[in-house]
Amino acid sequence: MAETLLEVKDLTTQFKRGKKDWITAVSGVSFQVRAGEIVGLVGESGCGKSVTSLSVMRLHSKDTTRISGDIVLGGKHVLDLSDKEMQSMRGNDVSMIFQEPMSALDPIMRIGDQLAEAITLHTDLSKDEVHKRSVAMLKSVGIPEPEMTLKNYPHELSGGMCQRVMIAMAMSCEPKLLIADEPTTALDVTIQAQILALMEQIRRERNTGILLITHDLGVVAEICSRVIVMYAGHVVEEAPVDELFKHPQHPYTQGLIASVPRLGRRVHRLPSIPGSVPDLAAMPDGCRFAPRCKYAQEECRATDPALVKIADDHTCSCLFSEKEREEMLAHE
Amino acid sequence: MADTKQAAAAVSGEELPKAQSPVKQFVKKFLRRKTAVIGLLFIIFILIIAVIGPHITPYDPNEYDYGAILAGPSAKHIWGTDEFGRDVFSRIVAGTQLSLGTALTASVLGTAVGVVLGLIAGFFGGLVDSFIMRVCDVMFAFPGILLAIAIVAIIGPGITNIMIGVAVFTVPSFARIIRGAVLEVRGELYVEVAQSIGCKPMRTMFVHIFPGTMQALIVNFTMNVGGAILSASSLSFLGFGASVTQAEWGAILSQGRNYLAIAPHLVLFPGLVIFLTVLAFNLFGDGLRDTLDPKLN
Amino acid sequence: MGKYVVKRILSMIPLLFVISVVIFMFIHLIPGDPARQIAGADATIGEVQAIREELGLTKPLVTQYVEWVGGFLTGDMGVSYTNNTTVIELLTPRLPITIYLTICSITWSALLGIIIGVVAAINRGKALDLIGMVIAIAGISLPNFWLGLQLMQIFSVNMGIFPTGGVETWQGYILPSLAMGAGIMSILARVTRSSMIENLGKDYIRTSRAKGLPESKVIMRHAFKNSSIDVITVTALQIGALIAGSVVVETVFSIPGMGRLLVDSIGYRDYEVVQALILFFSLEYMVINLLADVLYGVINPRVRYE
Repeated sequence: MAETLLEVKDLTTQFKRGKKDWITAVSGVSFQVRAGEIVGLVGESGCGKSVTSLSVMRLHSKDTTRISGDIVLGGKHVLDLSDKEMQSMRGNDVSMIFQEPMSALDPIMRIGDQLAEAITLHTDLSKDEVHKRSVAMLKSVGIPEPEMTLKNYPHELSGGMCQRVMIAMAMSCEPKLLIADEPTTALDVTIQAQILALMEQIRRERNTGILLITHDLGVVAEICSRVIVMYAGHVVEEAPVDELFKHPQHPYTQGLIASVPRLGRRVHRLPSIPGSVPDLAAMPDGCRFAPRCKYAQEECRATDPALVKIADDHTCSCLFSEKEREEMLAHE
Repeated sequence: MADTKQAAAAVSGEELPKAQSPVKQFVKKFLRRKTAVIGLLFIIFILIIAVIGPHITPYDPNEYDYGAILAGPSAKHIWGTDEFGRDVFSRIVAGTQLSLGTALTASVLGTAVGVVLGLIAGFFGGLVDSFIMRVCDVMFAFPGILLAIAIVAIIGPGITNIMIGVAVFTVPSFARIIRGAVLEVRGELYVEVAQSIGCKPMRTMFVHIFPGTMQALIVNFTMNVGGAILSASSLSFLGFGASVTQAEWGAILSQGRNYLAIAPHLVLFPGLVIFLTVLAFNLFGDGLRDTLDPKLN
Repeated sequence: MGKYVVKRILSMIPLLFVISVVIFMFIHLIPGDPARQIAGADATIGEVQAIREELGLTKPLVTQYVEWVGGFLTGDMGVSYTNNTTVIELLTPRLPITIYLTICSITWSALLGIIIGVVAAINRGKALDLIGMVIAIAGISLPNFWLGLQLMQIFSVNMGIFPTGGVETWQGYILPSLAMGAGIMSILARVTRSSMIENLGKDYIRTSRAKGLPESKVIMRHAFKNSSIDVITVTALQIGALIAGSVVVETVFSIPGMGRLLVDSIGYRDYEVVQALILFFSLEYMVINLLADVLYGVINPRVRYE
C-alpha cells in the first residue's frame, strides 16, 4: 500500500457569524490521500469541499474560524503546528491551485518574480539556479516559451496558461501532495482536458498525491481513482471511481450520477435532485439529505446516519441499504 | 432588538410589515451604526439651532459690552466675549443660520447644476458628453478651493459670492459622479425596456435613470455639505466672506485670530463648532454609504 | 513606458491651452474696468488710460493673449502695482518656501496615513482599527486654519517650542506642515484601509499564503503593492486640496509664500499677480498629477501598454 500523505480525521470547521454565533460548515469529515493517487472530492457548491481543503492548508482566518479534529500531513499534526511551522509546510509539503487562475496570480507582478518567490521561500538556490528551475518548471507544464513567459504579467496570458503557471508554481518545490480546488471549472472544455492531462502526468511522473475538488463528475470519471462525495458538510459516500459510478449507494450520489447527461442514452427528461442544499445555519435534524430524498422515512428525520463500510473500500452513510430502499418503493 | 424595531418603524413612519420593506431594512441597518446616528442627531440639532438660533441667544449678538472686552469664558459669558465685548456664544448660535445656510445653499446649487450636467452627459453621450467633461476637466485643473478663490477674486468678496464660488467648485465633481452612475444605470435592463416601449428621452432620463443614481447622489451630497462648510469657512477666514460685523463662524474665528495670545477662546469655540458640524456630516455620510453600498455588506 | 509618458504629456497640452485662456480671460471678467480699479477712484481719465495701455488692454484680445503667454514663458509675467516690482521678482523668493512646505506636508501625511491605513486594515474590527479610523474621520473634519491656530496656541504661545510664524528657521515649517497635511493624511488612511481590505480578500493573496509566504510579506509585497495604485490615484487628486491648503496655512502662520501672496494680491486687486499665481498653482497641480500618472504606470503594468 502506498504511503498515506494526508489523513483527515473527524474534521469540524466552524465560522463566526455575528458577534457570538458560530455556524458549522463541515463536521465529522474523515478521509485519506495516498501517494500517487488522485482523489476526487465531489459535491454541490456550498457542501463544504473548499472549506475542507482550506482547513487542511490552514488558510482560513484564525479570528473567525474554529477547526477541530485531526489533520495529519506528512506525519505532522497540522492543527498543532505553530504559524511559522505551517508556513514552511505550505508550498513545500503541500501546494494548492485554485479555480480562477487569472485572479489567483498577482496582477502587478511578473510571472518570473512570482515563481521565484515560491522557489526561494523553500530552497537555498542562487539567483541563477532559481531562474533555471523556473524555466524548467514552466517547460514541464507545457509552456512553449518559458523565458518569454517569465517576463509576462498575468493579464498577458490566457486562462489556461495562467493555470499552467499556477501548477508550475505549486510543483516548484516538489510537494508530495497537491490540492486542486476546481482547477478546470473556469476554463474552456479543450483547455480543461489539457490541464487534467497535465495533472495526470504529474501524478505519474512524480508520484504526487492529488486531492481534486470539483463539482464535475465528468472530471472525476476521467482522472480520479477514488471519490469522496460530500453533502451539506458531511461525507456521505466514498468509493473507488469505477465502483462509485457502477454501484452508487447513497441516494444523493445516485441522484448526482443520474443527473449527468450521457452520450448514447436518450432520456425524456434529465433527472435532477429536487430542492436545494440546506442553509448552514438551519441544518435539518437527522439525515441532512432527508428533505430532498425520495426514500426518506421517519427514522431518517430523527437520526443522523453514520458512515458505514458496505464493501471493501466503499463506505456510505444511509440508514437503509439499496435493497431496502427498493422494497420501500415497491410497497408504495 | 425590540427597541431597534420600534425605532425603525417610528422613523420610517409605517406599521411593521411582515416582509421587510427596503426602507425598513435600510433604517434597521443604519441604526446599527451608532456613530452615524450620533452624526444625524447632531445635524438635526444644529439645523434646529439654525432656524431658532437668533431668537434664543442669551445676549443680542451685536450688543457691545465695553465692561467685558476679550473676557474669557465665565458664568456670565460661557464662551467669553470678543474685542467689542460681544457675547461669543450668542454670536455663534446666531451665526449658525448664516454659516450653515451658506454651505447648504452652495451644496444644493452646485449639486443641482452638477446633476443636470451629469445626466445630460451620461444620457446623450457623444459630443455633448465630451464637451461637458472637458469643461469639468478645466475646472478640475484648479486645485482645491482655488477655483472658488479665483471666482471670489473676480466677483469680489461677500457671503453671496462665497456661496457662488463654493457652488461652482462643487459642480464638476457631481457632474462626474452622476455621469458615471448614469452610464452604469443606462446598461440596466429596465432602462432598455423603457426605451424599447417608446419612452421619450427626457422621460427615460428623469423617470427611469435619475432614480438609479440617487444612491450615489445622497451619499456624495452628505459628504459634500461637510466639505462645503470647510470651504466656505476657509474663504471667510481668508477675509473673502462675511464682513466683520456679520456673525458668521469663519468670520468670528478670523477676527479672533488677532487676539490668539490673549483671548484663545475667540478661536477655540467657533472652530470647535465648525469641526463638530463637519464631523457630524461626515459620520452621517459614512454611515449612509456603508448602509447603501451592497458591496460592503 | 517612454511612449506612455510622452503620450501623457502630449495629452496635457490642449488642457493647458484652455486653462491659460480661462485664466487670461479672468482679467476681462472682472466687473467694471480693471484699469479704473487699479488706478483708484480719484484717478484722472488720463491716468486710467495710461494704465489701460500699459496693461495692453487697448490691443485686440488675441494679441493680448499671445503677449501674455509669451511673457509667461520668457519670465516676463507683468508688473505688480502694489509692490512696484515685476511679478517674477515677487515670485522668485516665495516659490521655494511654498514648494518646501508642500513637500514637507505631503511626506509626513502620506507616510503616516499609509501606516495608519495598513495597520487598521490588518486589524480590521479591532481596537487599533477603531482608533485609526477615529483619527482619520476627525482629520478630514478639522478646518486646517483652526488646527493651525490651535497648534500655534499650544506649541508656540503656551509652550514656546516653535515660532508663531515665519520660516526663518526650519522649526518654522513644522506646525504649518502639520496643519496642512492633517486632512490628506486622514483621507489616505481611509483609502489605504479600504483598498487593503479589498485586496486582502483577493485570490492572489490566498495564492501567496498557499505558497508559504510569511504574512508580513503577503501584506507588503502583494496586498500593499496593489493598494498603492489606489493610494497614488487619491494622493494625486488630493494634492489639489493640499495646494489650496497652503493658501490658508501660509496666511495663518504669516509665511511669505505664494499662497499668502495670492490672498494679499486679491485684497489689493493686484490682478497681474493673481493671474500669474493662479496659472502657476494650476500648472503645479498638473505637473504633480503627471508625475503621479507616471508612477501609476510604473506600478500598474495593465496601464502601460494601453
